[in-house]
Amino acid sequence: MTLDSKIPAGPLDRKWTTFKNNAKLIAPNNKRKFDIIIVGSGLAGASAAATLGEQGFNIKCFCYQDSPRRAHSIAAQGGINAAKNYQNDGDSVYRLFYDTIKGGDFRSREANVYRLAEVSAAIIDQCVAQGVPFAREYGGLLANRSFGGAQVSRTFYARGQTGQQLLLGAYQALQAQIARGSVKMFPRTEMLDLVIVDGHAKGIVVRDMVTGEISTHAGDAVLLCTGGYGNAFYLSTNAKGCNVTATYRAYKRGALFANPCYTQIHPTCIPVSGNYQSKLTLMSESLRNDGRVWVPKRREDCGKPPHEIPEEDRDYYLERKYPSYGNLAPRDISSRSAKEACDDGRGVGPGGRGVYLDFADAIKRLGLSTIQERYGNLFEMYENITGENAYERPMRIYPAVHYTMGGLWVDYHLSSNIPGLHVLGEANFSDHGANRLGASALMQGLADGYFVIPYTIGEYLSTQFGKKVDPHHPAFEATKKDVLERTRKLLSVQGTRSVDSFHRELGLLLWDKCGMARDKAGLTEALEKIPQLREEFWKNVRVPGSGDSFNQSLEMAGRVADFLEFGELMCLDALTREESCGGHFRTEYQTPDGEALRNDELFAHVAAWKYEGEGKPPTLIKEPLVYETVKLATRSYK
Amino acid sequence: MNFHLKVWRQNGTSGTGKLVDYEARNIPSEASFLEMLDIVNEDLVSKGEEPIAFDHDCREGICGMCSLTINGVPHGKDRGVGTTCQLYMRKFKDGETITIEPFRAGAFPLQKDLAVNRGALDRIIQAGGFISERSGSAPDANALPIPKPIADTAMDAAACIGCGACVAACPNSSAMLFVSAKAAHLNLLPQGKPEKDRRVLGMVRQMDAEGFGNCSNYYECEAVCPAHIPASFIAMLNRDYTAASIRETTSATA
Ligand SMILES: Cc1cc2nc3c(=O)[nH]c(=O)nc-3n(C[C@H](O)[C@H](O)[C@H](O)COP(=O)(O)OP(=O)(O)OC[C@H]3O[C@@H](n4cnc5c(N)ncnc54)[C@H](O)[C@@H]3O)c2cc1C
Ligand code: FES
Repeated sequence: MTLDSKIPAGPLDRKWTTFKNNAKLIAPNNKRKFDIIIVGSGLAGASAAATLGEQGFNIKCFCYQDSPRRAHSIAAQGGINAAKNYQNDGDSVYRLFYDTIKGGDFRSREANVYRLAEVSAAIIDQCVAQGVPFAREYGGLLANRSFGGAQVSRTFYARGQTGQQLLLGAYQALQAQIARGSVKMFPRTEMLDLVIVDGHAKGIVVRDMVTGEISTHAGDAVLLCTGGYGNAFYLSTNAKGCNVTATYRAYKRGALFANPCYTQIHPTCIPVSGNYQSKLTLMSESLRNDGRVWVPKRREDCGKPPHEIPEEDRDYYLERKYPSYGNLAPRDISSRSAKEACDDGRGVGPGGRGVYLDFADAIKRLGLSTIQERYGNLFEMYENITGENAYERPMRIYPAVHYTMGGLWVDYHLSSNIPGLHVLGEANFSDHGANRLGASALMQGLADGYFVIPYTIGEYLSTQFGKKVDPHHPAFEATKKDVLERTRKLLSVQGTRSVDSFHRELGLLLWDKCGMARDKAGLTEALEKIPQLREEFWKNVRVPGSGDSFNQSLEMAGRVADFLEFGELMCLDALTREESCGGHFRTEYQTPDGEALRNDELFAHVAAWKYEGEGKPPTLIKEPLVYETVKLATRSYK
Repeated sequence: MNFHLKVWRQNGTSGTGKLVDYEARNIPSEASFLEMLDIVNEDLVSKGEEPIAFDHDCREGICGMCSLTINGVPHGKDRGVGTTCQLYMRKFKDGETITIEPFRAGAFPLQKDLAVNRGALDRIIQAGGFISERSGSAPDANALPIPKPIADTAMDAAACIGCGACVAACPNSSAMLFVSAKAAHLNLLPQGKPEKDRRVLGMVRQMDAEGFGNCSNYYECEAVCPAHIPASFIAMLNRDYTAASIRETTSATA
């Protein structure tokens, strides 16, 4: 099998225009003949549903929360990038493109990333027109801040609630379409399988989470916008319901899963405080604009109150190691540096797993009120969770799982290798390579939904005239039967261990062996242990209640069962990629000063995995990454 | 820490419910309220009982999914700073009895135990809580400067997380704080002006049709709102609604 990324010919900055000029259009009167299934109502799903609905397609949109407005995009705090150059600080489409490629450690596709940078400006226009209340300057113009991995100020924000405001914009546009009748919304409905008819994705199987009813939906195309799989690690900054189920079940039906080992560990989260903990809370990266990261120079100082440690005894390690980017070094680098400091015995707080993020200098320079205005809600959140006042003593932070760059493989049209199946937002693998820069996930979700898929979906739909799928095709009933059988199995084990206990165990194992640092021995060990844990799960899990009712244990059991398979794929991918790049740091492959050591000769490719059936190892299919414009360089933030 | 819990249990929409007693034992004081319930649920599962159903997702106070009435107060706001998920057990006394009920309102049908259906709030948004705009046809974002104070007030209103605590707290089960926040957010901005009348008339009428009550200025809503939406937006909505109704009648008669 070879993968065709369908990148248009021509110079990089003309590719998207060329594509649009030649794109296959669907005439207005034909649009209403097509039914499109959209799973997910986050930035990617809601923007796609609103836009395609508005264009005249019939949309069915699904989400597991009780309202589409609660999709996890709502939690994004810091901001969204766009190459507007409103600050006149030298930004451009090319620069945003280059920063993103470089940030991703040269493991993403040039053409996709360029397109992302190209449409970024239109996203801001679109959102402002919808009434998104971005921060403004006194002159009434939009304000910007800087984010990690960039030397310009191109991040737009709405206080510490950027994701909320962008999602509400998309959600409101979606509600307008629901009122018009072009979109039908199915909240509290979980997708449990993908229906393939004659090799094309033509429907889904879902469970009504209130009544427990399992049903099928047929459509001319399916869009998965189901977010990331960070919850494989149990503790993460993701919402509790985030899962891999939709994409993993699609994988088991033949969709390729690309780069599953690329996960992002965010440097600034509130440290773990106990084993009862259900999730980790992110402190926005924007804090690194004004906060300075440090640990004591000497181990014996770690127990001292921070204000008793004089300047000369503090190690501002990011400023020391990366003088030109300093505290704004990219996430993978900042996270790994924090881990190194703690591994060196210089961590602070309970268990020595924390570093300081200090605002004392910023308060001195800018005044308390400016800091309050910029970050007030984050400081409040920090105090509420930890009981500490960060205006008076530095915050304690530690890295936590945050984002997943891997996802289903898609081509330039956002189509997976299964015709009809498209994948948008965090659920696909396409734009961030081995590490995502801050404020670029929101940009990608909205780019995919508002500006890319509305053009690219025609490539597939134009081949489907007169090929309406019969909703009574046996494939629907057969897939539904598989789902019913799996549900029955989960309920019938009736063992002694809770779903949560399995999830925690898997999470710890992945964090340990496939987290911030990985090596061959650890990954090999995880690959032995995960199947054992999975086996125990299917022998000994206890899922109370019944299938035909509101049953949150059953919902979680299905998701954890998928994580237990998917975790293995992550480790396998991490083991196979014998290099370090971005968030994937193999300790065997590092430079003498501890930086990631890429191997472009052997690994400048996308690793796409093909499912081969129960108990069989998946096959690796490589999509070579061809760089026509940028030169592969060693990433340096020094 | 240990707590005596009285938890509302109800099987499905039609069943009748009751408060059931549970003991929450060995709860770390740093645990959040929902983590306390997780521990109780783990215990129930180990005894072969059905865990308590409650809504939650982000657990960071922003998605608006968590929705518990704690000792009679939505989100237990008298002790916490925001949503149920942001309430920490260190705010309670060891050995305390805690009553946990769902967000109660006629317009929020119960789904199971502590989970309710807040679809009515989505339908209010459908009735006008948006600015009509076509993807890809927007003018440059800086073509329309907006004075910072106006943008800031719009953001204060837009901060609503749609949890419905305001409804649960109101003796009349009114959704006026929710409606007024969305109306204010969009009506204050120049982009939202063209549809202002349609918006306020549509949303208020939908609110009535959903069976939410009237506002009689108790201000319980403001007290429990985790997003600190001020009740002054309700006065703004009342003014806008009156003006829009007058314009509607005059244009109908003209
Ligand atoms: C705490 C936090 C802060 C962040 N801050 C930023 C930031 O400042 N800037 C930035 O650019 N990015 C940020 N990110 C990343 C960014 O928010 C996400 O990558 C992005 O919002 C994902 O959007 P999405 O539409 O792809 O998925 P999501 O918003 O996760 O939406 C997924 C949707 O799929 C649905 N779904 C999932 N599985 C199923 C299923 N099986 N059946 C039915 N429906 C399903 C869900 O209901 C939901 O509607 C942050 C992330 C986190 C966790
Ligand atoms: S769980 Fe999201 S606000 Fe509480």
